[in-house]
Amino acid sequence: MAEVEETLKRIQSHKGVMGTMVVNAEGIPIRTTLDNSTTVQYAGLLHQLTMKAKSTVRDIDPQNDLTFLRIRSKKHEIMVAPDKEYLLIVIQNPCE
Amino acid sequence: MEIVYVYVKKRSEFGKPCNFSDRQAELNINIPPNPELAEQFVERNPVDTGIQCSTSMSEHEVNTERFEMETRGINHVEGGWPKDVNPLELEQTIRFRKKVEKDENYINTITQLGSIMEHCIKQNNAIDIYQEYFDDEDAVEVTDEAPSAKTINVLRDPQVIKRSATHLSWHPDGNRKLAVAYSCLNFQRAPEGMSHESYIWDLENPNKPEIVLKPSSPLVTLEYNPKDSHVLLGGCYNGQLACWDTRKGSLVAELSTVEFSHRDPVYGSIWLQSKTGTECFSASTDGQVMWWDIRKMSEPTEVVILDIARKEQLENALGAISLEFESTLPTKFMVGTEQGIVISCNRKAKTSAEKIVCTFSGHHGPIYALQRNPFYPKNFLTVGDWTARIWSEDSRESSIMWTKYHMAYLTDGAWSPVRPAVFFTTRMDGTLDIWDFVFKQCDPALSLKVCDEALFCLRVQDNGCFIACGSQLGTTTLLEVSNGLCTLQKNEKNTASLIFERETRREKILEARHREMRLKEKGKAEGRDDSLREEEPTFHLEELVTKAEDEFFNIIYSELKKKETEAMKKTKPKQPGLEADEEVEGEDLGEEEGDGAQAPT
Repeated sequence: MAEVEETLKRIQSHKGVMGTMVVNAEGIPIRTTLDNSTTVQYAGLLHQLTMKAKSTVRDIDPQNDLTFLRIRSKKHEIMVAPDKEYLLIVIQNPCE
Repeated sequence: MEIVYVYVKKRSEFGKPCNFSDRQAELNINIPPNPELAEQFVERNPVDTGIQCSTSMSEHEVNTERFEMETRGINHVEGGWPKDVNPLELEQTIRFRKKVEKDENYINTITQLGSIMEHCIKQNNAIDIYQEYFDDEDAVEVTDEAPSAKTINVLRDPQVIKRSATHLSWHPDGNRKLAVAYSCLNFQRAPEGMSHESYIWDLENPNKPEIVLKPSSPLVTLEYNPKDSHVLLGGCYNGQLACWDTRKGSLVAELSTVEFSHRDPVYGSIWLQSKTGTECFSASTDGQVMWWDIRKMSEPTEVVILDIARKEQLENALGAISLEFESTLPTKFMVGTEQGIVISCNRKAKTSAEKIVCTFSGHHGPIYALQRNPFYPKNFLTVGDWTARIWSEDSRESSIMWTKYHMAYLTDGAWSPVRPAVFFTTRMDGTLDIWDFVFKQCDPALSLKVCDEALFCLRVQDNGCFIACGSQLGTTTLLEVSNGLCTLQKNEKNTASLIFERETRREKILEARHREMRLKEKGKAEGRDDSLREEEPTFHLEELVTKAEDEFFNIIYSELKKKETEAMKKTKPKQPGLEADEEVEGEDLGEEEGDGAQAPT
């Protein structure tokens, strides 16, 4: 329990990180540092996208699997670390 | 020659079931070949035929049927929670979350994912992995693509009895709406039961007009107020002017009184630049131009009669068919008439007679469109009869540039608001022409057949990319032009202004020359002294001619002699040949002399 706290706190404290969230397989946000409506929106959308990306990778090569998903946009970068049951989402503003 | 085969059946046998059977083939008609006809043909040998050894392909186009779409909203509610948890209850959700967090699987997963995530975050912070290395090199914008335009949308008149789309106006902000005026311009041939309605279309929904405007008489022109996008001004077929406020509904908000309005359809109506944003003016074929304030539509504030003899006689007035006003030149305006003359007027003149400044004549028929070039207001475009002409205010006798005579009447024209050298014209055969005179002067840069019926009006959107054209059956087509035609090319402004100046100068020189010639003719027509003076020069002329002839022959003879002596000196045996040549030369020269003798007489 304490490790989880520590890990999440460490991630949040990195330079440029705007928000962190943990989402379960149904799309329910478990932990989040952003407000509820944003979290729900991100959770729903990214969950679907991750599933699609995973199935794409698997389609091309069934032995392969999705390990990480990075979406770079004009304003920030959304990073998604998928797992069988949970999803760790971090939004970072890479400072250049 | 008709070949007829008669098939007979008794009436009592109708309706009986068919009993099919086989039978031999019967020869009904036998037409033997007629060898006499073969005489009328000539055998051709050899014959050229083209052969190509490749796969033959055919091209097909398919278009789906139009289907109606409707926009509806959906309300999302948060979900995904297990059945026993109510997402709105804060306690329950917190309890659920705490339960999940205690799960061991959760702890392991998060720790693992966390380390992967940290790695990437640190990566991001260390170096920008998506850095653009070659940002400094600007992409060279060479638009070599051929000019093209494609139809984006077609708005059809929902009425059963079709009317022509006579005027279009884009919404001043955002350009997402288009106001179209519908009426039937054929004199007294408007069909019974024709609706008077005009529509405002939203481009997102091409199936149904967004707002319906209901005047008492069909609208010939319709204009949005550039200052207030809810107000529209419409000119009616019966000469009245109507004003709408879209916030108030589809019925007319203000209507001018019949007694003081125009006597003919209002063909031009434009909003003026004023502080209140309520002033406008209108023109009609009854020969009057009236100024109005929409707050008080019972009477026009000012009336000008288009009598170019400056005597203000309504009987002599020219009928106005197009009106032009540029907000950068607020005191001047121009009127295009049915008689093919453009009248330039000054609103601020003291007496009504002085209001008419000058006239430009050159068209053979009514001038359907008149517009100043948005970049060079001294030059303006007129469209009428079978040509489009560009004029300069300085050159009053003729236009400085004009297109060739087309096969169909030109109905409307407009400059492009972004490129000074580009203008658009529409024709009665349904073609839209896009002219670019820094690219090609003799022909349009692009000629598109928009529809089969005649196109009556045209309007370019302010960004220069979209064009709307209205046709005789009320169909408004929306086109998008290619990038090259709506982005300002480098140096184009300079080139266009140089072209205008050069053509204006040329016309001025021609004008001066014409003036000289006219003065000369005037001078000749006066008095008998002049006729005497005319004879003397002809006398001199004949003497000069004979003198010239003599000189000519002398020179030729001397040259001939010189050649002969030289030839003799050179070689003796070659003499006969050379002499023969000389003779031939002499003959040629003789022929020349003969011609020379004929010319002066």
